[in-house]
Amino acid sequence: MAKRVGMEVAIAAAEAVGMCNVDVAACYPITPQSHIAEHLSDIVADGRSDTEYITVESEHSAISAVMGASGTGARAYTATSSQGLMLMHEILPIVSAMRLPICIAVANRAVSGPLNILNDHSDIMPQRDAGWIVMFTENGQEAVDMSIQSFKIAEREDVMLPVAVNIDGFQLTHMVEPIEFPDQKDVNKFLPPARKPYATLHPDKVVTMGAFAMSDIFSEMMKAKNEVLKNSKKAILEVWDEWERMFGRRYRPIETHRTDDAEVLLVTMGSMGETAEIAVDEMRDKGVPVGLVKIRLWRPFPFEEFKDAVKKAKLLIVTDRAVSFGGPGGPVFSEIKSALYHEKNRPVICDYIIGLGGRDVAVSDFVTMMEQAIKDNEKDTIKEYEFYGVTE
Amino acid sequence: MNTVSNFDLFAPRLADKNEYFSQGHRACQGCGEALAVRLICKALGEDTIISNATGCMEIVSSMYPNTAWGVPWIHVAFENAAAVGSGVEAGLKALRRKGRIPDRYIKCVAMAGDGGTMDIGLQALSGAMERGHDLLFVCLDNEAYMNTGIQRSSGTPMGASTTTSPAGKFSYGQKTWKKNVPEIMVAHRVPYVATACPSYPIDLMNKVKKAREVKGPSYIHCFSVCPTGWRAASDLTVSLGRLAVETGMFPLYEVEDGKYSFTIQPEELRPVEDYLKHQGRFRHLTSETIAMIQDGIYQEINNLQDKVDNLHSWSELKQKKG
Repeated sequence: MAKRVGMEVAIAAAEAVGMCNVDVAACYPITPQSHIAEHLSDIVADGRSDTEYITVESEHSAISAVMGASGTGARAYTATSSQGLMLMHEILPIVSAMRLPICIAVANRAVSGPLNILNDHSDIMPQRDAGWIVMFTENGQEAVDMSIQSFKIAEREDVMLPVAVNIDGFQLTHMVEPIEFPDQKDVNKFLPPARKPYATLHPDKVVTMGAFAMSDIFSEMMKAKNEVLKNSKKAILEVWDEWERMFGRRYRPIETHRTDDAEVLLVTMGSMGETAEIAVDEMRDKGVPVGLVKIRLWRPFPFEEFKDAVKKAKLLIVTDRAVSFGGPGGPVFSEIKSALYHEKNRPVICDYIIGLGGRDVAVSDFVTMMEQAIKDNEKDTIKEYEFYGVTE
Repeated sequence: MNTVSNFDLFAPRLADKNEYFSQGHRACQGCGEALAVRLICKALGEDTIISNATGCMEIVSSMYPNTAWGVPWIHVAFENAAAVGSGVEAGLKALRRKGRIPDRYIKCVAMAGDGGTMDIGLQALSGAMERGHDLLFVCLDNEAYMNTGIQRSSGTPMGASTTTSPAGKFSYGQKTWKKNVPEIMVAHRVPYVATACPSYPIDLMNKVKKAREVKGPSYIHCFSVCPTGWRAASDLTVSLGRLAVETGMFPLYEVEDGKYSFTIQPEELRPVEDYLKHQGRFRHLTSETIAMIQDGIYQEINNLQDKVDNLHSWSELKQKKG
């Protein structure tokens, strides 16, 4: 039986990757990803993982190098944050188009203008349409579990897509949390130690990878990429079921807390879920029947599961940690609104943009948001979206 | 497949009979780059994996569902051929060590044009060479962004008219000297650096074979005549490459372990005008500008000669006192 240890989450995520027999890792340091990059290099230096660790000169080269490695059939990993992810942006859609099962940890951090090293989701949101599987973790245990799961999901023959595991920077990466590591022998049972060679770069079987395509075939390729990403949900669920059978912890694309008889639902994504849970419990203690819906799987978006989770709601209070400037508020809000457009009984939906650039969001803030939204809804004065707690 | 007639009579010991860069690609008539790549692939042989940058060579050789490549080949983007090549090399190393692929030497090669090497790809190239990957990087230098329509790069020679350094009433075209990337590679302590040109096929293939033997980073800067972009007749490709060497516009040399040597050295340099006059991109040049280019050539050749005569190899320097 695995024992629980107290460990910083970034270090724990690196430890988890170190259990996955990664063949090639390429990392470029950036706050707050740096503890992952450093600790993984420690693991390699100590010979605990037989990995080629490339100390690249930029994130652009990090993602490019792991693509080259993945092209040879190697299991490949990288990690980054914020500006680093933005620098990788050009390459991300090429990874998914070439069906290379690369795994990346994103220690989420605000994107510059002005420079800010603290947590929000403005780095991952511009990558939404890159064709990657994108997941969010809520705590250190999930960061460990999902790092291991990500390789299994990415490398399945019916998936063969890159996976991004989001771990909120500082709020999660730099917290010391109790973590239960699976035994290495169980990880080996769960995750085959080597990737199955699919189409790989080797002279014994010559392939051309990354040919260019004109308009006669380009749309077909885009449709195929969309189909495989949508279909990956089935594989993700199967991997999570297997994880639950082996390790006892259950993962779902949408998770709920006290939603059964709730007419008012709060929606979060990432590490704020746990804070929001406490706020929901406090409201319940006061006799207000509220509940919480947490989005774990951002791409492919779990429409079915989400609709099911909110089908009885009258009021949906969405929280966003990024802004779609000049648009409809936050990206999660816009996603949810469009997802529910065709529903017969649509709830009222509002959006709070919170926690930008590391701004702390306390239990009391979630309580205030819920109370205000409920009151405004009763008076029919609810705003579509607002920046919560901003000094005017 | 062998497209050379009487190959067995003339060249069986000089070149691999097999073609790894096939006919049927979409390169322009007289493309010096296609000729270079064909010869480079012959010298590399079948145990090779190429990472190719976006550019002419990628476009003409890989239009889905066709490919001209008889060796494993990957293209990702424009500026990252060296980074992708780093990853390919690291991947093979790990897989070989873990027994997942046969224990056989495979040469990793990255290729890019002058833009993908000297401008947008310079950072990735510097990183890969500094880290010491077992990677040959080949710059196919046709002296401008030909694939996008002949825009100037840092490889464009002084005085050349391009679509973004056009000659006009107030301009004689490109106003900068070609960036010396081989020198930048020597400064990275790359153990084998060479310049080459497919107009000297044996010299080119010998250099590629030498680079293949280096178990570490190596760099070949290959002059690639572009009749389309240079506004020259397409049957002059080989002659123009020879004239570039004979006039000193593009000297052929190699730097082994820090030691410089000319591989082809004309006894006397021909006047640069012999090279310039065949090309529309230089048609506008006045005698003053040509004189300036001529001076620049002398300066560069003398600089190289000085290095050939006076610089020691890095291993020699290790043994010297003081």
